[in-house]
Amino acid sequence: MPLLADIAKTIRSKNAGVDKITFDIIFQDKAAYDLVRRSGVLSRAAICKLYGIPDSRISDHVEFDPGLAIKFTMYRKLPSGSLGDADVFGSQQYGPLLGVEVPLD
Amino acid sequence: MSATQTTEHCRSNRGLRILCPNGHLGFAPTKLGSFELGVAAEPDMIACDSGSCDCGPVPLGSDNSVSPLAWQTHDIEAMLVGARKLAVPMMIGSAGDTGTNSRVDRYIGIVRDLAKQHDIPRFKLGYFYSELTRDTVRSRMAAGDTVRGLDGRADLTAAELDATDRIVAVAGVHPYIKLLDMGADVIIGGRSSDCAIFAAPAIRAGYPQALAYFYGKVMECASFCAEPYGAKESIIGEITMEDVKVTAMLPEQRCTIASVAGHSMYERSNPYYEYFLGGHIDMSQCVYEQFDERTTRVTGPRFIPADELRVKLEGAGKVGERYVGMVGVRDPYTISRIDDVIGWAKSQVRERFGKNGYQLSYTVYGRDGILGELEPLRHQPAHELCIVVQGVAPTKAIAEEVCMIGTRQMFYARLPNVKGTAGGVAFMLDEVMPASAAYRWTMNHTIRVADPMELFPVHMVEAGV
Repeated sequence: MPLLADIAKTIRSKNAGVDKITFDIIFQDKAAYDLVRRSGVLSRAAICKLYGIPDSRISDHVEFDPGLAIKFTMYRKLPSGSLGDADVFGSQQYGPLLGVEVPLD
Repeated sequence: MSATQTTEHCRSNRGLRILCPNGHLGFAPTKLGSFELGVAAEPDMIACDSGSCDCGPVPLGSDNSVSPLAWQTHDIEAMLVGARKLAVPMMIGSAGDTGTNSRVDRYIGIVRDLAKQHDIPRFKLGYFYSELTRDTVRSRMAAGDTVRGLDGRADLTAAELDATDRIVAVAGVHPYIKLLDMGADVIIGGRSSDCAIFAAPAIRAGYPQALAYFYGKVMECASFCAEPYGAKESIIGEITMEDVKVTAMLPEQRCTIASVAGHSMYERSNPYYEYFLGGHIDMSQCVYEQFDERTTRVTGPRFIPADELRVKLEGAGKVGERYVGMVGVRDPYTISRIDDVIGWAKSQVRERFGKNGYQLSYTVYGRDGILGELEPLRHQPAHELCIVVQGVAPTKAIAEEVCMIGTRQMFYARLPNVKGTAGGVAFMLDEVMPASAAYRWTMNHTIRVADPMELFPVHMVEAGV
């Protein structure tokens, strides 16, 4: 089964303000975007399972057609830069997404 | 640009064109090649943002910049020389990363020095402050105002306000418009919404607010809205009565539908909405078109005015002085019991200092250092680990000792079946290092205002020779 890293053009995470981290998964073309969107591997429930968080931690989950992107945002456990937060910019939180398996049909 | 000129732009629908050299002035130096191409295209204005709360609470709390003075000067110099050569306004928002008063003053000083150095004829230098005292917030709370929490935060309490060392309010377009009205040639802004810097001259010139704020949103990160990826390159955006067009200045870059639409989701919870003082824009009906090889055209954003004027407040408070230690572990048995090793070291700190009055934090790289509890692979640690220890306490002396015990006692951890009894961890340095004091974000809130200018006093001076 192909991995999300093989299919998506961009997979990134970044702060959205001091209390949230936002994730963007951007695709090269509509076919790839639709494939992943329909597969459900990046649904709210799938994200919660992957990161081990309750649904209440997700503030937004959007399929963004103009950008051929799936985007979701989660509340941080601690505000950025607090003692115990080791990713002040939130820029490496996307790691687990790279290995998500995408079924082809 | 004079008021007559801006009205002229609007009437002739020639468009207002702004050159943006950098998405965060000073954080990494502006690339001058594409900037000079931008200046040669004769924009009506040169503007950029210089702030971010991405760098964490330390710069705001300690009133410092994360950007080196040399880089700030380098970037301001290019803008100032370019703008004065063209005789067009230059604007910088959120001076010096945080937009505090000291950062505005620093930029004013840099502009004055550069103006002298380059023999620039006298010009009007406008600026505004964004800092807010605790007393101001306290008296508003006492008068019955609720300081509302954003992003799931509770409303501000007196205790959290007391724990705050420094507060900035986030300005909208209003102080920029005011300073342009006053004839400023150069504007240095305190903390403000990124989009306000570009939206302000567009709104002042009479363009629709929806397009003006969208214009600001798309411009504020410079070449981040272009592809292939390449930061710190210049772009030029044009707003007309009908659309916004954005063009990459670096010959190798293009503003494409994908790159511009993609940028509208960058660093924000939701790609469809952008909030600022006075309202928000809804971008869900935006239409993106490839206008020419390097330009994308956008139409269709909508502006929704706010029912109540609320200003965003950012606040940071000191937690304590901080020291940092580091150890490595290679023994698989010790790795499998790393929490016990940490537990032992913590118990030794407790023995010396008790349970309270300090904080001790362990980050275990090679297991879950970066994601913490979000790490799906935290039960499969690597064959070697690096553990970073942070000790935080009211004084440097206590922080150092907390950190030292918390680090060195990992060496002496008592594991029942360990083979290596000559040292439980590896030291690259058998010492702990002083770090910046620890701060935290105490405020991510909003406060009600009657007038959008009331927290942002404007000033005008002269600079040049």
